[in-house]
Amino acid sequence: MNLKIPFDNSKLPINYLLKNGSIIDPDKNTIEKKDVLIEGKIIKALKKNISVDEKKFKIIDCNNFFISPGIVDMRVNIGEPGFEHKETIKSACKAAASGGVTSIVCMPNTYPAIDQPAIIQSIQRKAREVSLSKVFCTGCITRGAEGNEICELQLMREFGALGFTDGNKSVSNARVMKRALNYAKSFDGLIIQHAEEPELSRGGMVNEGEFATRMGLTGIPNYSEAMIIERDLWLVRDTKCRYHVSHISTKESVEIIRKAKKDGLPITCDTAPPYFMLNELSLENYRTFSKLSPPLRTEEDRNNIINGILDGTIDVIVSDHTPHDQDAKRLPFNQAEFGGVGLETLLPMTLNLVRNNKLSLIKAISLITKNPSEILGLKTGRISPDSEADLIVFDLEKPWKINSENFHSKSKNSPFDNILVQGKNLMTFVRGRLVYKS
Amino acid sequence: MTEEKVFKNYPHKHLLGIEGLLPDSINYLINLSKKYANYLEDNNQKLDDLKNKTCINLFFENSTRTRTSFELAGKKLGADMLNISVGTSSIKKGETLIDTAMTLNAMQPDLIVVRHNDAGAVKLLSEKVNCGVINAGDGPHEHPTQALLDSLTILRRKKTISGLKVAICGDIIHSRVARSNIHLLNTLGAEVRVIGPATLIPKEIESMGVKVFYKMKEGLKDVDVIIMLRLQLERMSGSFVPSIREYFRYYGLNNEKLNYAQPDALVLHPGPMNRGVEIDSELADDLDRSAIFEQVQMGVAVRMACLKALIKDK
Repeated sequence: MNLKIPFDNSKLPINYLLKNGSIIDPDKNTIEKKDVLIEGKIIKALKKNISVDEKKFKIIDCNNFFISPGIVDMRVNIGEPGFEHKETIKSACKAAASGGVTSIVCMPNTYPAIDQPAIIQSIQRKAREVSLSKVFCTGCITRGAEGNEICELQLMREFGALGFTDGNKSVSNARVMKRALNYAKSFDGLIIQHAEEPELSRGGMVNEGEFATRMGLTGIPNYSEAMIIERDLWLVRDTKCRYHVSHISTKESVEIIRKAKKDGLPITCDTAPPYFMLNELSLENYRTFSKLSPPLRTEEDRNNIINGILDGTIDVIVSDHTPHDQDAKRLPFNQAEFGGVGLETLLPMTLNLVRNNKLSLIKAISLITKNPSEILGLKTGRISPDSEADLIVFDLEKPWKINSENFHSKSKNSPFDNILVQGKNLMTFVRGRLVYKS
Repeated sequence: MTEEKVFKNYPHKHLLGIEGLLPDSINYLINLSKKYANYLEDNNQKLDDLKNKTCINLFFENSTRTRTSFELAGKKLGADMLNISVGTSSIKKGETLIDTAMTLNAMQPDLIVVRHNDAGAVKLLSEKVNCGVINAGDGPHEHPTQALLDSLTILRRKKTISGLKVAICGDIIHSRVARSNIHLLNTLGAEVRVIGPATLIPKEIESMGVKVFYKMKEGLKDVDVIIMLRLQLERMSGSFVPSIREYFRYYGLNNEKLNYAQPDALVLHPGPMNRGVEIDSELADDLDRSAIFEQVQMGVAVRMACLKALIKDK
C-alpha cells in the first residue's frame, strides 16, 4: 500500500489483488470473505485464496474491511457548465471518488441546460479528461426545463441520457407531462420527477407548519409533493411509462408510492440522507445550510421515510448533491439558495441506517448500488467476475467527524457538518484503477 | 362491364366515410375506378356520363390536390363543376353550416363535395340537403376517396389486398387518411399496422382492428405496403414530437428502414410530402418503390367513379 497519489488518474494499468475482504454482493445477497483479482479494467476472479505473481500484482490486504460495488448516485448537480464557481466536473468527480461514488448521474439543470445531445457529449468529453468516477447524464424533459415543449428525448437517449427530468423543477403542465410520458414510453425511456406543485410552493422556504409560523418563514405544504405524485400516477396508469420520483420527503408520498407499487404501476422512487437523518428543527437559528428542496419535514415524516426504506417502498438513496458557494448561502434565509452537498457523506449516512434502524448491510448497499443501476439500465453497481471493476473498500466501524473543510467538493454547504458518523470509504476503484485512497 | 354484374351498384345516397360500407359497395367503386383509370390512360377526351349535371365543391379547408382532383374528375365526365371558396363566401360573414347547406340545396345541385376541418361537419351538412354528398375530408375523421385511391393503387401493383400486410406510419392521431384506410383495408382483408411515437397514436386504436408499433424496425417487418403520413408541422408546438430531426431519425422512411419490409414493398404517401421529415427525398423519387405520383393519377379516376356512382338519374 505504498501509493502516493490520492487521485490516481494515470492511464497505466496496474493489476490488483484485494485479499480477504468481506465482499458484499447485492445480486447474490451474500457477504463472504473472498479475494478480488482485478486485471486491467475487469474483475477477473472472485474467490477464496487467490495466489498471484507478486511482481505483476499490487496486493492489498483488506482484512477487517468490506468490499462492495461502487456507489451509483443518481442525483448529482455537477455545476458545469454554467456554475463552475460552485462545482466543476473535476471537483465533483474528486468528491465522488473520495465518497466511494463510482458513477454519478448528473441533473440537467446546468447552464445551458442539458436539453440537447451536444451538451451531453461535451460533459462526457470533459469527464473522460478528468477520468475519475464515471459520469452519466440525464436530459431535460422540456426545453430549457421551462415546462412547455418536450426535448429531443430519444436523440438524447442515444447519446447517453439515462432518464429525463427537469431537475429541480416539476413539470407542472399535466398535458406536457402526459405527452412526455407517452413519448418516452415509445422507447422505454425513464421519466424522473421532482414532485412539487410550483404554485403552492411559490415563495416557500421551509415546511409549512408550526415551525415555519414561529420562524416567520413562508411554508411549503407537504401535500404539494403528494399532489404531483398523485397526478402523475394517473398519467402513468394511462401511459404505462416508467416513472421515478426523486428525493421524496413526506409520509404521504411514501404511502402513495407504496400503494401504487402494490397496484403494479411501473414506479420507483428515491430519497436523500437529509430526509431520513434530519427534520425541520435543524433549521434553527436560520441555518441556511439546512435549507433544502424539498424542505426538511417533521419528525413524523422522517420516521415514515425510514419505514419506506425498510419495507422497500423507497428503492434508492441519492446524495442530492447540490453545491453552492458561500455567497449563495451566507445570506438572509429567504435569499439563500436551496440544497446541500452530499457526495462525500452518502456512504456513512446510508450505513447509519444499518446501525440505528436495523436495515441489513446488504439492503443498505443495494440502495446505493444495484437498485439505482437497475432503474437506470446500467451494468455497473454489481460485483461479479468479468464485470468492470467499479468497487469500494470501506471500514464499517471507523468513527469520524464530518468536516466540510476536508471535502474535495468545491462547495462546503453540507447540512451534516460536524456530525459524528461511523463508516468510512478507504479506496475507490473505477474501471480497475485505484482513483482514491484515504 | 362484367364487374357490374357482380357488384350491382353503390346503394347509398352519400359517401361520408368507409366505416360501415360493405365489401360489395367498396368493390363496386374500385372496379368503376379501374374502368375510368383504364379509359384515362388511353384517351384524353371528355366523357358525357354526367352531362348537364351540376356538382359543387365546397371546401372549408385549404386544399389543392383534392379539390383540383374532384374538379378534373367532374369535367372529364362532362359535369358542370362549381368551386365555392370559403374565403370570399358568406361563410366568412358568419353564416352557420346549416344555413350554407340550405342555401346551396335551394340551388338544386346534383352533388356536393365537402371538406371541413371539423369531424362530423360533412354528415351534418348532408342531413340538410336533397342531393348526394361526398366527404372530401372532415377533420381527423374520414377521407374516403383517399382510401379508395390508395387501395386502387395497391391493387394495380399487388393484384390483391386480401392477406397483405400494410403499415400506416406517422401522425395517426390527426389523420383522417389513416382512419379511412384502416376501415377499408380491414374490410378487404389486409393485416393493418400503425407505427408512430405513442404521442401520435390515439388511444385504443387497436379496437379498430390494427396492431400498434412504436418502432419502425418492428412495425415494418415483412410488410408489403407502407403508407407514410404527413407530419402536420403545425402540431410541433403541441409537444407531440420534439423536433423534425428526431422525428426523421426514428420515424422518417429511408432506404435503411425500408429494408425491414418485404423486398418489393410499395410506398404510398397521400401528400403533400415533407421531404426530409417523414420521407427521404431520394426514396420519394424512386418510381419502383414509391407510387406517390401514381396515387395522384388514380385520384382522378376514383373521384370520377364516386361522382358517377352518387349522381343518380332523376
